[in-house]
Amino acid sequence: MLPYLVLTLLLLSTIGYYLGRRRSLAMADGHIRNLHSLPSYYGFYTALWCGLPALLLFILWMALGSILITYLVVADLPPEMRSLPPERIDLLVSNIKNLVQGNIVSDTADPVMRAAADQYRRLQAIGNGALWLLVLALAIGGGAYAYRTIAPRLRARNLVERVIMVFLMVSSTIAILTTIGIVLSVLFESIRFFHAIPITHFLFGLQWSPQTAMRVDQVGASGAFGAVPLFTGTLLISFIAMVVAVPIGLLSALYLSEYAHHSFRSVAKPILEVLAGIPTVVYGFFAVLTVAPLIRDTGQWLGLDVASESALAAGLVMGIMIIPFVSSLSDDVINAVPQAMRDGSYALGATRSETIKLVILPAALPGIVGGILLAFSRAIGETMIVVMAAGLSANLTANPLKAVTTITVQIVTLLTGDQEFDSPKTLAAFALGLVLFVVTLTLNIIALHVVRKYREQYE
Amino acid sequence: MNTTATTINSATHQGTLIVAQAEAPLKTGPRVIDYNDRRTVGDITVPDPKMVCRDVNVYYGENHAIKTVSIDIGNRQVTSLIGPSGCGKSTFLRCLNRMNDTIPGCRVTGEITIDKENIYDKNLDVVQLRARVGMVFQKPNPFPKSIFENIAYGPHIHGLAANKRELGELVETCLIKAGLWEEVKDRLEEAGTGLSGGQQQRLCIARAISVNPEVILMDEPCSALDPIATARIEELMDELRENYAIVIVTHSMQQAARVSQRTAYFHLGDLIEVGDTEQIFTNPQHRLTEDYITGRFG
Ligand SMILES: Nc1ncnc2c1ncn2[C@@H]1O[C@H](COP(=O)(O)OP(=O)(O)O)[C@@H](O)[C@H]1O
Ligand SMILES: [Mg+2]
Repeated sequence: MLPYLVLTLLLLSTIGYYLGRRRSLAMADGHIRNLHSLPSYYGFYTALWCGLPALLLFILWMALGSILITYLVVADLPPEMRSLPPERIDLLVSNIKNLVQGNIVSDTADPVMRAAADQYRRLQAIGNGALWLLVLALAIGGGAYAYRTIAPRLRARNLVERVIMVFLMVSSTIAILTTIGIVLSVLFESIRFFHAIPITHFLFGLQWSPQTAMRVDQVGASGAFGAVPLFTGTLLISFIAMVVAVPIGLLSALYLSEYAHHSFRSVAKPILEVLAGIPTVVYGFFAVLTVAPLIRDTGQWLGLDVASESALAAGLVMGIMIIPFVSSLSDDVINAVPQAMRDGSYALGATRSETIKLVILPAALPGIVGGILLAFSRAIGETMIVVMAAGLSANLTANPLKAVTTITVQIVTLLTGDQEFDSPKTLAAFALGLVLFVVTLTLNIIALHVVRKYREQYE
Repeated sequence: MNTTATTINSATHQGTLIVAQAEAPLKTGPRVIDYNDRRTVGDITVPDPKMVCRDVNVYYGENHAIKTVSIDIGNRQVTSLIGPSGCGKSTFLRCLNRMNDTIPGCRVTGEITIDKENIYDKNLDVVQLRARVGMVFQKPNPFPKSIFENIAYGPHIHGLAANKRELGELVETCLIKAGLWEEVKDRLEEAGTGLSGGQQQRLCIARAISVNPEVILMDEPCSALDPIATARIEELMDELRENYAIVIVTHSMQQAARVSQRTAYFHLGDLIEVGDTEQIFTNPQHRLTEDYITGRFG
């Protein structure tokens, strides 16, 4: 029913648009230049007056309506029910709502509850009826007001402009607020976790086995939330990834920007960028099904002891995933080195590779380092490949042939499966998320700062 | 169509024609008055040529930027290339050290020799050529390195200094020759990009002479500089001409008149007129040249 209301509003606004436009045209005496704004602005002006206030009311009701109704229904409950503790009341309310929606067969329900559900339904009907009336009245009233105020001197264009600005502002505010909200919720949940487990245990403890902490009597007792193995595992895998991605990415960027013929470049660059478009789960497959067995077999052949899920496999594949990232960032900074530097070097009789080694790379180095830091933060945050290929055992090791686990993998495993939501085990995921967030944010800030600094150098 | 003995059919000439311009009395107006006559007027040859260019054409894709130009570059003198914007001065200059090779889509035909050696020969080492024909650009382009390293760069890649001490001496010599030594001798470790525009340009000149070139090409070397810095560079050119062949592109006719001994006037890719600087500025033989130097267009 409510969707119809929105449709009706849209329809009214459209009508408002045409009416407003027509009225302005009628006032123009056939010469649009007699008007302050183009006729369509008067149309938009009317449409906005017609639609916006009504829409705001509608949104307000959507946000607060059910809270209000619930409050009224609870107030009508028998006193012995109202005096129950808040959690029980919440439970009652959700039962009532289920009754209203018909999720529970009403015959089996207790008569008080049924009465409350009926009450709820009645209030809802009243509320909706009132909403219809009010919204339509507002729409028509607003539209009529706008229609009457249309005059050749009315600055409809500026008014529309202002509304658009507010609209854009609200949109960006929503984006920012959601981000802040997410960060804060992670922060608060982490703080809850740190009430249960001391932060020093978490950051410096050497043992990670959150499964044992499922039982309440063990919480925090064994130091099983020491995240150091996760940090080292993450670093190990990211390091392997960078060892793969940085040379290949950088060298291919150098080839593409300094040596490759224009036509080759126009083909090769998009292909390289396709690598970036492959879903990470596919890389994960590739790591588990192709690379890991390959490494294991090679290791056996060499007489090495290789775990079936090794840091090496995950790191190698992650490195491949990051190549286009490194190469396109390096390509950007290499291209930002002014042609005049190359000319200066060539004019002295330097070869290409001398020019690259002695002029371009030193000049582009800060930018390249920035790019590498960005790639590194990407590697740290990468989840899918490591979930599939790196394993779950939190070994504290620097041996790339062993299985290790990472922060992201542990977040996934902590949150999948059945457990109480506020057990330390689940809350640990938030603490890990917070660490991840802080680390990648810091890396990104440093990297962007370095890159920007570098750009300024030539502007 | 006016075809006096002093004009050359540039498409077919043999490079040795040309006589009798002294006969022409001064201030009698140009001898070639047809604007559409694009054959080179004046003597394209010099007695002691360092570089010889014959029938040079340059194309940027479809754009025919230099049209069958022939000219000699004299040793131990400054040759200036003048002409309106876009007439191909820079393009022609870049032919002389094959910097055009670095521009995608640029094609050069014809013959250019340095000491009778064809620089477009397949077997010629372009890297060596560029060491012999140095270049200074319009905008000073020191490397983002120290002053010392800027000069040491060329000697380093060509192995011109056996050890640190020699390198130091070489750097000092170049800076002295470029007239920059007194100003920077106490801060050789500072960034070359921190110098003033005029100092940067002299640094670039010092850098160019650090590899012992025989020819120095300068593409509007003063257009980004103030008058005082310009005067310094002009002085410098005058000193350098004792040891090098210098070719300079300039927008300023006064500058061409001050620093050069020979002047070549380009117009839309054609070499219109070439001759002694004094003659070009006092007694141009082609109507287009006259219009340009009297400021009627350009
Ligand atoms: N890198 C280039 N790519 C394509 N066309 C060019 C390039 N450089 C110059 N040209 C063209 O060649 C002609 C001559 O240019 P240029 O030699 O720069 O003239 P000038 O230095 O006399 O002002 C112009 O028409 C210009 O558009
Ligand atoms: Mg130019």
